[in-house]
Amino acid sequence: MIRLQNISFDHCIKCTVCTVYCPVARATHHFPGPKQSGPDTERLRIKSPELLDESLKYCTNCKRCEIACPSNVKIADIIQSSKWRYFKKSLRPRDFFLAHTDLMGSVATRASLLVNFFIKLPPVKLFLDLFFRIPSERRFPKYARGSFLAWYKKHRAEQEAFAERAVYFPGCYVNYNNHELGKDVVTVLNAMNIGVIVSYEKCCGVPLIANGYIDRARKNALLNINSLAASAAESGARIISASSSCSFALKHEYRNLLELDNSAIFDSLDYITRFIHERFLKGNLPELKPVRLRAAYHSPCHLERMGGVMNTIEVLKKIPGLDLTILHSECCGIAGTYGFKKEYYRVSQKVGAELFKRIERADPQIVITDCETCKWQIEMSTPYRVEHPVTVLARSIDGGKL
Amino acid sequence: MRRIETEAIVIGGGATGAGTLRDLSLRGVRAVLIEKSDIASGTTGRNHGLLHSGARYAVNDLESARECISENRILKKIARHCIEDTGGLFVTLPEDDPSYHGKLIEHCRYAGIRCEEIGVREALRMEPNLNPEILSALRVPDGTIDPFRLTSANVLDAQERGASVFTHTEVEEILRDGDRAAGVRCRDRLTGEKIEIYAGIIVNASGVWGQRLSASAGIELRMFPSKGSMLIIDYRINNKVVNRCRVPSDGDIIVPGDTVSLIGTTSKKVDYDRIDEITVDDDEIATLLESGEKLIPSVSRARVLRAYCGVRPLIAVSGEMDGREISRGIVLIDHEKRDAVGGLITIAGGKLMTYRLMAEMAADLACAKLKAGKKCRTHRTPLPGSERRVDQARSVKFFTGIPNSVVGSTLYRHGHRIRNILHREKRNYGLICECEMVTEGEIEYALKKLNVRDIVDLRRRTRIGMGPCQGQLCAYRAAGLFVKYDSATSDESNKMLVDFLEERWKGIKPVLWGDALREVEFGYWIYQGLFGLGDVRFEEEAEKR
Ligand SMILES: Cc1cc2nc3c(=O)[nH]c(=O)nc-3n(C[C@H](O)[C@H](O)[C@H](O)COP(=O)(O)OP(=O)(O)OC[C@H]3O[C@@H](n4cnc5c(N)ncnc54)[C@H](O)[C@@H]3O)c2cc1C
Ligand code: SF4
Ligand code: SF4
Repeated sequence: MIRLQNISFDHCIKCTVCTVYCPVARATHHFPGPKQSGPDTERLRIKSPELLDESLKYCTNCKRCEIACPSNVKIADIIQSSKWRYFKKSLRPRDFFLAHTDLMGSVATRASLLVNFFIKLPPVKLFLDLFFRIPSERRFPKYARGSFLAWYKKHRAEQEAFAERAVYFPGCYVNYNNHELGKDVVTVLNAMNIGVIVSYEKCCGVPLIANGYIDRARKNALLNINSLAASAAESGARIISASSSCSFALKHEYRNLLELDNSAIFDSLDYITRFIHERFLKGNLPELKPVRLRAAYHSPCHLERMGGVMNTIEVLKKIPGLDLTILHSECCGIAGTYGFKKEYYRVSQKVGAELFKRIERADPQIVITDCETCKWQIEMSTPYRVEHPVTVLARSIDGGKL
Repeated sequence: MRRIETEAIVIGGGATGAGTLRDLSLRGVRAVLIEKSDIASGTTGRNHGLLHSGARYAVNDLESARECISENRILKKIARHCIEDTGGLFVTLPEDDPSYHGKLIEHCRYAGIRCEEIGVREALRMEPNLNPEILSALRVPDGTIDPFRLTSANVLDAQERGASVFTHTEVEEILRDGDRAAGVRCRDRLTGEKIEIYAGIIVNASGVWGQRLSASAGIELRMFPSKGSMLIIDYRINNKVVNRCRVPSDGDIIVPGDTVSLIGTTSKKVDYDRIDEITVDDDEIATLLESGEKLIPSVSRARVLRAYCGVRPLIAVSGEMDGREISRGIVLIDHEKRDAVGGLITIAGGKLMTYRLMAEMAADLACAKLKAGKKCRTHRTPLPGSERRVDQARSVKFFTGIPNSVVGSTLYRHGHRIRNILHREKRNYGLICECEMVTEGEIEYALKKLNVRDIVDLRRRTRIGMGPCQGQLCAYRAAGLFVKYDSATSDESNKMLVDFLEERWKGIKPVLWGDALREVEFGYWIYQGLFGLGDVRFEEEAEKR
């Protein structure tokens, strides 16, 4: 069956620039690169879906190819949609668990101490490796106790008292793993006289999309669009997310990949540093204390795709005493759940190797990045601690230790 | 000068000539084929490759319709790797005369063509890009046929059975010996070598060029050439052949062919002296796009890869010169009877898809004259590549380690012969043409087995350079392989490269807008900006090519 909605492949002029910039094609010869996996073979798949290549699965959906393309071909979208259109759905329990972060999170946060303890035990790791094909080298993010939403409930009233408010989409990571980041968002925005309205319905869908659970992803997306739009309409506020991948999904993947209408939130949705930077420019700059820190900044792929890196850098530059090295743009390799899979683990690490080397060369006290999975990857693969830009900003505001 | 003696000579390496060569070889007659350019480079390679069910002719020409459906069934068996059994639709647009629909059903019944009415919704399900405003739809057993593969497979089989083939060799004169045509004098156009070939029978299958050739033997044969133009769309916009349900007219067929779709065709009279210079006119392009869009609206958004045209060789049957008795069917002429010149027969007219029947008729007559040869077997003996049905899924498994897109594409082009082409050695399946998945192995096979003498020939055997980039990335790689596999010197291969790009350029020029224009610009940067190809000076030898 031919489906001719996304015909951006037709604009490809075969310049091969995308393949030059693909980090996976550089890391493994098993992946022929975006040109061949995207526009080239899309023509063949239209002719016959049987011409589908297994190697497509190596694509991490980092979108670097799309940034490089001079013809605006939605290369990564073509590859992702081919994956879930033509491949049989994965029946691996592992993929199910990795994809359903909401489910895992709500269970694990109830017994976080136990889960965090067990998952580090070598026999458990071995078991996961052997039976779930999750590489034993992989370190898991810790689960928090309870959810961020539960914490927020206690503080909602004071947030609603602010005259200006922003709707905040925390995402699974903040909700289940890192409440502190959510609290930092509140600290920063409050310091700028902005209240935080948390609206969190479901996981944004990134891991679902990556593992082929498209129907589920669409369902989540619709719920999120509706609830975010409703919250934003109530207070006339903008919507922000502090995860580069969540904001990318809400804004672009919903529209281009899931083919849903997200116009209700599209214009009001921003990644957080863009929101903050705009306010800074307008003069809403809170008092910042010096942090005295040597840091290296790593720009996540999806933030680059959105063109948002500049905002983060500008915000960081405002922090007094922050000695910032901006690392050459490289993919860290984890790509969400990709690096949790044994079959891709080596590729994932090889993709990241260049970045790790550059971090070591910069030898900072901490690494700063906008994406939680980049953080896991860098913390696991280098000796450095990784913080979110908003966290660094929050410490500069409250004078806390970093 | 070389002198060759054989039993039969076939002039013209189109489908008809190649089919005749194979037919004779299968009957045990020693034959030689002479083609002035490449096989399938004449009208055979310049049509839209529709494996007619006959429905298109049913209303006006019942005899042709019957020929079509009978050959349609035979070819699906003997040439399955050259054919895609897509099925076809006849759809009525709001502006079309609705009564044609009923007429077509009725005449298809007379001709024995299965033609069933299907609901509009069903038609749109089969063909989601179809104009949703169609009023009715009929389903017929149309299919598609790849003329290059078909002709090449016929030649390959004949060669495997002992026939000889001379491509890029032109018959300059049919040599007379009293009241007989005794042989031909030819010249190899690449090397300049002269060859004389003598035989008991000469079959003239030179299509529209037959008039010129017959004249060299002192025989008058009048052709009435009519030009038809077509457009190639970058990718498949339809799965089935889509016909407009009306009296056949300009721009009313869209045919899916391999990875692309073709919009056809127009019909314009041309002067006989101009048959070698015809080009596609702007008004034809406009007509084709406009009519194509009516059938499949997304035509307007798709990239047009190229435009090309061919000449229908319509022939005057009975020596009359005013063209009143032009035949659109198959014409077999025994010149002994008609012009009192023995040893010469002409086979012309017909269609690509009736090539086998035409070959059978020509070979029957040739054998009768030679008093040799067995009965025709071409309706039962599959072509090389079609010996057995090959299952794509099984082949993909057999070639584990080679990408499915490569295995599938090679299989699609070469059928059962894929086993002679692909193997798991890395170099063998390295891609040369990335748009159409042509591997080094496939090129090596074509160079060694399929009478390839330059890159344009190679394109006809493999689809190299036929995808969206039109040779930008593969042409220079292919030129290198000619040297690597000892098929050309490096100077010759450079010249070939220039010729190939020129040939591509000819077809792109008429449709130079949008993405095709950007593509060409980029190609120019590579070949002129980077390689400086326009400034290469060739030695005399290569220049001759
Ligand atoms: C626009 C168009 C669309 C068509 N669509 C279809 C279709 O969809 N389906 C279908 O079945 N048919 C179709 N046809 C008809 C079909 O293409 C022709 O009937 C068929 O290809 C004729 O083949 P042939 O071998 O007889 O002639 P050709 O293919 O023309 O072969 C003649 C060969 O003789 C060679 N030659 C000429 N002079 C000499 C010489 N002096 N020495 C050596 N060699 C010489 C030429 O180079 C040429 O290769 C279409 C035709 C046209 C024009
Ligand atoms: S999305 Fe990333 S991994 Fe996938 S093809 Fe593009 S650059 Fe390569
Ligand atoms: S960068 Fe864009 S235009 Fe160039 S090859 Fe890749 S998809 Fe095609």
